[in-house]
Amino acid sequence: MSELSRDDVAHVAMLARIQLTDEELDRLAGQLDQIVGWVGQINEVAADDVPPMSHPLPLTNVTRADEVRPSLTAEQALANAPASELDRFSVPRILDEE
Amino acid sequence: MPTVTDLTHLTAAQMADGLAAGEFTSVELTQAHLDRIAALNPVLNAFLQVDTDGALATAADVDSRRAAGEDLPRLAGVPIAVKDIACTQGIPTTAGSKTLEGWIPPYDATIVTRLKDAGMPILGKTNMDEFAMGSSTEHSAFGPTRNPWDLDRIPGGSGGGSSAAVAAFLAPLAIGSDTGGSIRQPGAVTGTVGAKPTYGGVSRYGVIALASSLDQIGPCARTITDAALLHEVIGGHDPMDSTSIDAPVPHLVAAVESGKSRDLTGTRIGIVRELTGEGYQAGVQARFDESVELLRQAGAEIVEVSCPHFQYAMAAYYLILPSEASSNLARYDAMRYGLRVGPDGVDAPSAEQVMAASRDAGFGDEVKRRIILGTYALSSGYYDAYYGQAQKVRTLIARDFEAAFEQADVLISPTAPTTAFKIGDKMEDPMAMYLNDIATIPANLAGIPGLSLPSGVADEDGLPVGIQILAPATQDQRMYAVGAALEALLAKQWGGSGSVLDRAPDVAATASNGSVTGAVSEEAK
Repeated sequence: MSELSRDDVAHVAMLARIQLTDEELDRLAGQLDQIVGWVGQINEVAADDVPPMSHPLPLTNVTRADEVRPSLTAEQALANAPASELDRFSVPRILDEE
Repeated sequence: MPTVTDLTHLTAAQMADGLAAGEFTSVELTQAHLDRIAALNPVLNAFLQVDTDGALATAADVDSRRAAGEDLPRLAGVPIAVKDIACTQGIPTTAGSKTLEGWIPPYDATIVTRLKDAGMPILGKTNMDEFAMGSSTEHSAFGPTRNPWDLDRIPGGSGGGSSAAVAAFLAPLAIGSDTGGSIRQPGAVTGTVGAKPTYGGVSRYGVIALASSLDQIGPCARTITDAALLHEVIGGHDPMDSTSIDAPVPHLVAAVESGKSRDLTGTRIGIVRELTGEGYQAGVQARFDESVELLRQAGAEIVEVSCPHFQYAMAAYYLILPSEASSNLARYDAMRYGLRVGPDGVDAPSAEQVMAASRDAGFGDEVKRRIILGTYALSSGYYDAYYGQAQKVRTLIARDFEAAFEQADVLISPTAPTTAFKIGDKMEDPMAMYLNDIATIPANLAGIPGLSLPSGVADEDGLPVGIQILAPATQDQRMYAVGAALEALLAKQWGGSGSVLDRAPDVAATASNGSVTGAVSEEAK
């Protein structure tokens, strides 16, 4: 049932922020088309009256008292940063130059 | 004084007893394992990091506290290995990914804190499929782990490093994580015991997330007793994990003790029709049938149950997992930690371009495949047909289990359809790789506990085979009790020490013969 084209894979990869090489695109597109076709079999199960199950446990929010607790120092928090300056994460430009 | 080999070949329970009785020290015990790791890890590639200094420091501390007469936890001084998916303060943690190479967590996962509180020296971090995606540990960015039974074969996945370390006596115990079978299937193909607790039974705080509604931390061991001992150490409520069950850890060691000598009269054991027969290797099926016969002779009532929706479990799993993974792995954006590379030939690239280039460079093929599949399944127009439908299938699977547990106290099946396959055999065929988890995945979808123990070796290839025991949610003690009963029945039949590992080739001898094809380092990316 699946028709996942090479262009579709490139588009979804862009949404997922993964820049693929042409060679990766060729390989993944074929494999993903096969996988999507296979997982599509779940639509054979007539299940309009079946409630979806998102989680094995009923979930409740866990809150904690609003009190000051020890936390990481700036040095610890930045220790694994690819780049930092003046106790801040240094990141590539986020806005366009225009 | 026992030899080095003797020390590493004891069970964790025997090690604990020996330490308590003063027969050897934790430093001796830990050093014996570190020596064995030094000798065999270059061949097995089970460990990505070895923390010699840290392990010996903990061991020395436990020894001095014991000498001072302090009352110590049962496993104090018994060393352990930790899958590289759990954060260890000060020790690099990679989840098998180039993206996290060199990343040093500033904190401990709750399970690691509990191991430390129990006085267990942490030998190091074990190899795994990248972000726990895989069934063979071939998807590690740091080269595959080899199966101690046959160095040309896979040790299962994603926790192949933990199970191989335990099978080859590099560690008596290890921590694993099981999202679709990553503790049980490696246990089966390496001849060891692996348990996936009830979902929420062990804290996941500080464990690198794959698919949050499926992931579960659990023990890897060589005996059911050892697995239960470790499970009791790491289990229990953790306020840091909102999915942690707020109830005391069940009495698992006591359940094992009672199970060992138990007459199984009155116990109903269900064979899941959909998880045996067609598609299962002959030797796997034969060992399974043999175990069923032993259980029957011991008084158990064997019933056949049907779980008709299991045929859709794999497909639902391969939608739910990638969907949750695509969301969880969005945090690897090259901004605050992890690999950062710029796109080729772009001056002053944007954050978006750096993200995309970094994620391409940092993630392996399987991770990219699953992120893209998950993003697709969650995208507008496809959500209902894929992710929404998969969640309905999940309900049907949970109902199948409910019905089955009305007929049986526990369910059993082979753990994996085949014995360990050869390294490289399924790398180009993701679908074939996925099908290896057919028997383990339903338990993750429903959140119920499962355990794999060795049921012997297959006639055709002499490789170990696992049998899986499943119990209803929060009834972990039931699977341990039946597991202990079966382990005792099999041990009696096998004779010797009663361990299937007695039949494994001596990996030290094999390694020194140089019969392994291609050094691990050559394959590491």
